[in-house]
Amino acid sequence: MAHFTKATSIKDWLNQRLAIEKVEKVLASEYWIPKNINFLWAMGMILVVTFALLLVSGIFLLMYYQPNVDLAFDSVNYTIMREVGYGWLWRHVHGVAASVVFLIIYIHMFTGIYYGSYKKGREMIWISGMLLFIAFSAEAFSGYMLPWGQMSYWAGMVITNLFAGGSLHADGLVEWIRGDYVPAQAFLSRFFMLHVLLIPLAIIGLIGLHFGALRIPHVNNQDGEEIDFDEESKKYLAGDKAGSKVIRFANDFMAKDMMVVGFYLVFFFYLVFYHYGFAMDPVNFDPADGLKTPAHIYPEWYFLWSYEILRPFSTDIGLMAFAFAQVIFMLLPFLDRSPNAVPASRRGLFKYWFWAMLVDMIALTAMGKLPPEGAFSTIGLVAALVFIGLWIALPVITYFEKKA
Amino acid sequence: MKDNSRRGFMGKAFGGVAAVGAVASLFAMKKSWDPLPSVKAAGFTTLDMSGYKENELVTEKWRGKPIFVLKYTSEMIAAMDESQKPRIITVGEASYLVTIGLCTHLGCIPSYDRKKESFLCACHGGTYDLVANVTKAPPPRALDIPPFTIKGNTLVLGEVGPEYLEMKKNGLTL
Repeated sequence: MAHFTKATSIKDWLNQRLAIEKVEKVLASEYWIPKNINFLWAMGMILVVTFALLLVSGIFLLMYYQPNVDLAFDSVNYTIMREVGYGWLWRHVHGVAASVVFLIIYIHMFTGIYYGSYKKGREMIWISGMLLFIAFSAEAFSGYMLPWGQMSYWAGMVITNLFAGGSLHADGLVEWIRGDYVPAQAFLSRFFMLHVLLIPLAIIGLIGLHFGALRIPHVNNQDGEEIDFDEESKKYLAGDKAGSKVIRFANDFMAKDMMVVGFYLVFFFYLVFYHYGFAMDPVNFDPADGLKTPAHIYPEWYFLWSYEILRPFSTDIGLMAFAFAQVIFMLLPFLDRSPNAVPASRRGLFKYWFWAMLVDMIALTAMGKLPPEGAFSTIGLVAALVFIGLWIALPVITYFEKKA
Repeated sequence: MKDNSRRGFMGKAFGGVAAVGAVASLFAMKKSWDPLPSVKAAGFTTLDMSGYKENELVTEKWRGKPIFVLKYTSEMIAAMDESQKPRIITVGEASYLVTIGLCTHLGCIPSYDRKKESFLCACHGGTYDLVANVTKAPPPRALDIPPFTIKGNTLVLGEVGPEYLEMKKNGLTL
C-alpha cells in the first residue's frame, strides 16, 4: 500500500490521493502548443463551448419535452415557448447552436485540409474527427424529429427510406428502423432515446478519442513544421520562452483561444437573440401530418451539399453517390498520396484542388436549397459530378506532387 | 507453463460464454426494435367502393400510408393503351386506380392534376400518368399497389386476393 502522510493543506490531501498537480501538468500547463498558429486553431475550443451550450440548453428542454406523437408538438411550441420561464431561450440556444456547430465543424475540417493536418501521424485525429462529424449528423437528425412538425415527419420519412437501398427494396429494414410502417410513436420514442442518450454518449467518447489522438503528434502549425516538442518544451521550462517554438496550453494558449471564443460568443448570442429564425424552419411550425407532403422537402443547410449529390441522379446511382459522399472524407489521409504536410498554397495542383472543393461544396449547398428545376438541376448535376471527379483526381495529382 | 495454459483455458472459456451472451443479447435487441404485434394487427382497411366520384382523387389511409383511389371515366379508359390497362382495378361495374400514394423515389406524396390527368411529385420532380406509371424520372417504378382483395362492392387492403397476385406475378407492382 502507498504511504500517506498527514496532509498540510486540502491541495496536499488531494494530491496524495489523486495526483492533481501531475494531472494538471499533463492536461494543461505542460501540454505544449506551437506558437506558429492563427485564429483558425481556436475552432476546437469553440466546438467544445458550443457542445457545452447544446448540453446545458438540452437539459432544460428535456424537463418539459414530451416524446409522444400527440403531445410533442405542443410541448415544444406551447409549453416550452410560452409557459416555461425563459423556455424560448433554451430552445433558441439549442436550435442556433445545432446549426452553428456545423458551420464551425466545416471551418475546422477545411482548416485541417488546408494545412495538411491529417498527415504524418495525425491520421487518427482526422478519422476520429470524421467519426464525430457522423455522430453530430446523427444527433442533428434525431433532434430534428423531436418537435414532430411537418419537416420533422417528412425528413424522417425520406431519410429512413434511404435505408431501403433503392432497388434492393429492403422495406423490412426500413420498417424495423421505424418500428412501424410509417414514422409513428415507436419511431419518435426511439429517436428521442438516441438523441438524448446513446448518440451523446458516443459523441463524448469520440471527443475523448479525438483529444487523445492529438497527444502524441501534437497540434499542427502554420508551416507544417515538424517540431521536437521535448526539445522545445525543455527550452521553455529552462526560461528561454522567446527562443522556444512552443507555449503552454494553459494559461498561455488558452488566453488567446478564449479571446476568439469571446468574439464567437458575441456572434452566437447575437444570432440567438436577433436572428434565430434561420434555425427554425417555418414549415416545422405545422404539426406532423402523414397525409400531406410539404411542397419542398429540404434538409437543414449543413446537409444540403450531400443531399444535392443524391438528387440529380436516378435512385440507385443517387444512393451510391450519396454513400460515396458520406465516407470519402474519412479516407482523405490515404487518398492524399503526397508526403508534404504544408499549407495548400505551397502544394502545386493541390492548391487548386482545395479551392475547387470548397467552391464546389458551396455550389452544392446553394443548389440543394433551390427547387430541382431547369438550370438549377443542371448546375447541381455538374457540381455533383465535379465533387466525385475531384476525389478521383486527388490520388493522381498528389502522387505527382513535387516534394516541398 | 501449467499456470499459463490454465489461464489460457479460462480465458477461452470466458470468451466462449461471453460470445454466446453477446449474440443472444444482440438477438434480443433486434427483436425489441421490431414493430409491435399491435402495430402489425392494425394493418387492414376496408373501402366501400360505391361512394367515389369520377376523376376525383380521394386519399384513404392504410397502415399510416396514404392510399390513392381514383374512379376512371369511360373516356379515360378508352384513351388508355395496352401498357396502362392491366393496372386498372375493377370492382363491380366501375374501374379504379388504387395505389399507395407515396412516390417510389423517396416517399413524398404526389399531387393529382385533374386537368392533365397526371401526378406530380414536388420533392424531386417525378411525374406519373393516370394509372400511376412513371412518365418522368427520378421515380424508379410506378406507384405501388397495396395488397387487396375484392369482396362484393368493397376492397380490403392488407389482404392478398387473386387479382392482386395476378398483378404481382406480371410485375405490375412490387
